[in-house]
Amino acid sequence: MTNKLQKILLGSCLALGLAAAAPAGAEELRIGYIASSTGIYAQVGKDMVDGFQMYLDEHGGKLGGADVKFIVEDDQGKPDTSVTKAKKLILQDKVHMIIGGFLAPTGYALAPVSTAEKTLYISSVSSADDLTQRQLVKYPYFMRTSYTSSLPTHPLGQWACEQGYKKIVTIGADYAFGYESVGGFQKAFEDCGGKVIQKIWPPLGTKDFGPYIPTIKGDIDAVFSLMVGPMSLQFPKQLRASGYKKPIIGGGTSYDEFALPFMGDEVIGDVSALHYSAAIDTPANQTFVKAYRAKYGKVPSYYSENNYTTAMWLDAAIKKAGGKYPGPEAFIKIMQSIKLDAPRGPVELDDMRNPIENVYIKKVEKKKMFGYDKDELWNTVIKTYPKVSQFWTYGKEKFLAQPVYDRDFPPCKFCE
Amino acid sequence: MNTQFWVIQAFNGISYGALLFLVGSGVSLIFGVMRIVNLSHGAYFLWGGYIALSVINATGSWALSLPVAALAVAVIGMAMERVFLRPLGFDPLRQLLLTVGFAFLFQQGALDIWGGNNMDITPPATLTQSVVIGGIYFPAYRMFMIVLALVIGVALWLAMEKTRMGAAVRATVDDAQMARGVGIDTNRISMFIFALGAFLAALGGVIGGAFLGIYPGLDFEMLPLAFAVVIIGGLGSLGGAAIGALAVGLADNFGKALFPEISYFTLYAPMVLILAVKPTGLFGRQ
Amino acid sequence: MVSQQIKIAMVAAALVAFAYIVPHSGSFVVLLATRAMAFAILAMSVDLLLGYTGLASMGQAAYFGVGAYLTAILAAKFHFGLGWDFWLVVLLGILIGAALAALFGLFAIRAGGDYFLMITLALGQCAWGLAYRWNSLTGGDNGINLNARPSFGLDLGNQVTFFYLVFAFFAVSMVLMYVLVRSPFGRSLTGIRERELRMQILGYNTWLHKYIAFIIAGGFGGLAGVLWAHTNGHVSPETVVLTTSVDALLMVVLGGAGTLVGATIGTAIVFGLREYLSTLVPWWQYMLGGVYVLTILYLPMGLMGIPSRLRQRIASQGKSEGSKRLATKPS
Repeated sequence: MTNKLQKILLGSCLALGLAAAAPAGAEELRIGYIASSTGIYAQVGKDMVDGFQMYLDEHGGKLGGADVKFIVEDDQGKPDTSVTKAKKLILQDKVHMIIGGFLAPTGYALAPVSTAEKTLYISSVSSADDLTQRQLVKYPYFMRTSYTSSLPTHPLGQWACEQGYKKIVTIGADYAFGYESVGGFQKAFEDCGGKVIQKIWPPLGTKDFGPYIPTIKGDIDAVFSLMVGPMSLQFPKQLRASGYKKPIIGGGTSYDEFALPFMGDEVIGDVSALHYSAAIDTPANQTFVKAYRAKYGKVPSYYSENNYTTAMWLDAAIKKAGGKYPGPEAFIKIMQSIKLDAPRGPVELDDMRNPIENVYIKKVEKKKMFGYDKDELWNTVIKTYPKVSQFWTYGKEKFLAQPVYDRDFPPCKFCE
Repeated sequence: MNTQFWVIQAFNGISYGALLFLVGSGVSLIFGVMRIVNLSHGAYFLWGGYIALSVINATGSWALSLPVAALAVAVIGMAMERVFLRPLGFDPLRQLLLTVGFAFLFQQGALDIWGGNNMDITPPATLTQSVVIGGIYFPAYRMFMIVLALVIGVALWLAMEKTRMGAAVRATVDDAQMARGVGIDTNRISMFIFALGAFLAALGGVIGGAFLGIYPGLDFEMLPLAFAVVIIGGLGSLGGAAIGALAVGLADNFGKALFPEISYFTLYAPMVLILAVKPTGLFGRQ
Repeated sequence: MVSQQIKIAMVAAALVAFAYIVPHSGSFVVLLATRAMAFAILAMSVDLLLGYTGLASMGQAAYFGVGAYLTAILAAKFHFGLGWDFWLVVLLGILIGAALAALFGLFAIRAGGDYFLMITLALGQCAWGLAYRWNSLTGGDNGINLNARPSFGLDLGNQVTFFYLVFAFFAVSMVLMYVLVRSPFGRSLTGIRERELRMQILGYNTWLHKYIAFIIAGGFGGLAGVLWAHTNGHVSPETVVLTTSVDALLMVVLGGAGTLVGATIGTAIVFGLREYLSTLVPWWQYMLGGVYVLTILYLPMGLMGIPSRLRQRIASQGKSEGSKRLATKPS
């Protein structure tokens, strides 16, 4: 009895809920957004949504003249759930596009959904290299407004070489994002004449670097680190406590604004590279940072900027399309035709639907910025590489001929 | 691989084990007395860290945050035992699942109260220095963890061996029914032990917070480690927890340093093997 | 007491109604129902161990995981299992789940009670560690995409067709497990759950009984994994994490251990709260935690225990009213 009733009740409940929630307004732009609002990535998810929402709020809830229905779904930090929720957004809410997704596996899981459902998916944070490289052909309705993992580390490799560093040890989180970031750095650094003499791969989520730090070879010029999340806070602290005194350089996530406010003074002087820094000293960025901080009480990280910029990009594209969403293929073409001035600087899409954008080499400094009265840690820009493409200086064909960066690619030819 | 390498790796492993002892000893005590496998233990650890952060933000005192956080979580644990676990009587599976339900609630609660940023506890400056002995850098904080674990371990041992309360606890671990028979108030013992376990976990959270950080998800990361400690050492044995913590700390450290490719196996595979040979762990009693 | 035949008829009617209503209720609901059914097979396999054998497995995600990874790896790397050979993959999935259980069982079965729970937890973590770190095979953290569902006359890419396929597997699994627990073998399992020592004295090889049940549960876990991989089109280490095992266990207890239907209802409720309620309200997590806590506190037999509890209540009320009447009569 209970069983039968429950089944029927549940079924009809679901059916009713469905009937209630499927209006199809003609002039509205329906955007489905995937982010975590529960689970361990909830804060990242909140920062992402906040960035997008702030742009919407600044523009009266409209993008390019169309009223926006912005529907956020919680993927609970799980790739499977992101697929379910994306399908809910597409099938039930009839959204025009899906945006968001944080983890690389989420990006990999959502891209096929866009193909299967013929719906645009804009990856606004997830950075898995191959989605806009060798695998792009499989995903005609996919584009990216963030970056590829190796996009900022190519210039950093070049920069490190120009500092006169000859021998470097890399230590990076042992998963795809780590491989791609470290791979880009190693390739550019070695092509310029540097030598990566050791690659260490602590598992993602390592906080106790005790086992790894003593294995770092002596007689080196710098350490390159690629940390994510809670790892970022512990690594520099523990490396310095072990008596290491030479420079530490790192991928963007090792020092981004998501981690920086919780770091100690020992990171002052460390250098990292990313397509955004909250300390870019331009009027556009200053306005963005101050407005964001006033509204949400924290300095924006690239998670927020990427989504603010995505909304800005959509605004321009919908306007160009005459206030209506023209379907995925046409829309992607319009997005590709737009050159945007975002908080992060000028940005546009390449023909593989990945941004061409500035990469900032940043040094952690303790100072006052933008008129705030407290001394705080900021990622001061010390060098800008303008208009960097995901193929760096290698050219598209040559770059795509090599395999995707991996644990053992490029091979460590100078490892002893 | 010179002596320096072995010395520093052993030191790192022991200090990590010291932290694990704080978490594992609570799990072990609770199981020993009540046969409850407490899956909220990771949440106690996390909440300890968060409460300490709140205390530090409010008062600026790290030293004060230690007892406040530990006591606050002890009260939470005690309430949980009294209100929810006790009424179930003796039913290990349901009690375990109840603690899982609470682990989920605690997780979401922490997120709503403290937000999901990755935070860090900064200990006093003297503890962030390093001591150089023979050219090797020994971080003072790791030394502090070892000393603290030793102090707490000895205090627990003395309490168990030399006090009336301890004797009552030991009697309950050996045979709860018999203990009740000779007039020991096992209900009070259970409550006390549950609070003590929560206290130790939260203390671990404050100490570990400066070493691992405080962030959402830490609760479910610590849990398998705490269990590895007690599974190897044997549930219900304090000495077992100490040996287990040391073993896990060293196995994890040397495993990662020497065989990075299979570093998860160096942790879990020995655990399976020990269990296969002796299902009750090295020092466990059935 | 409702007789067994009526119960069976009720379940059958509910299943038919379910299969009829769901495809008419919108694609998202179809997808959700498909996911829930694939997972329900895993939950029932846990129930086989917990409810009928008394073994609380905290590592069932391992078999689920090998089934899912097998399907994904064969499809993505060898284009195998996308036509008629899908049925071969199903068979392989069941076999690999059972084989892994046969291996793990050697370690786990000799431990009892809480120690069984611990050792299966450790074994489950080993499987997770492999999925996570064995990059060349599993794609590590990125996971593996299945770009298309099988097609063999039937196009499983069609959501409704696929729903019916999973439904068929689900229904058949339920029937098979039901037959199993009602068989003499199943009854001796229940005997072991109740009184292992007595069964040993009666001459039963209890180790072997439990070992076989463990392997069968592993096989069903592998099957659930195969279906799960095709339902989502993506397999990642998230599939094999500890919480997947804990989830399955909780679903069983929520619905009522020792009743296969209960495992299904538990799965439906958890999926409903987690994947449907979460699209409506932000506080679903408290709801889920609350449901777990309240069920465990107040419904020791799970939701399936409600009818008998109601009956008990009515009976005891009747009794107390009766005694009141008796008491008031003399005055």
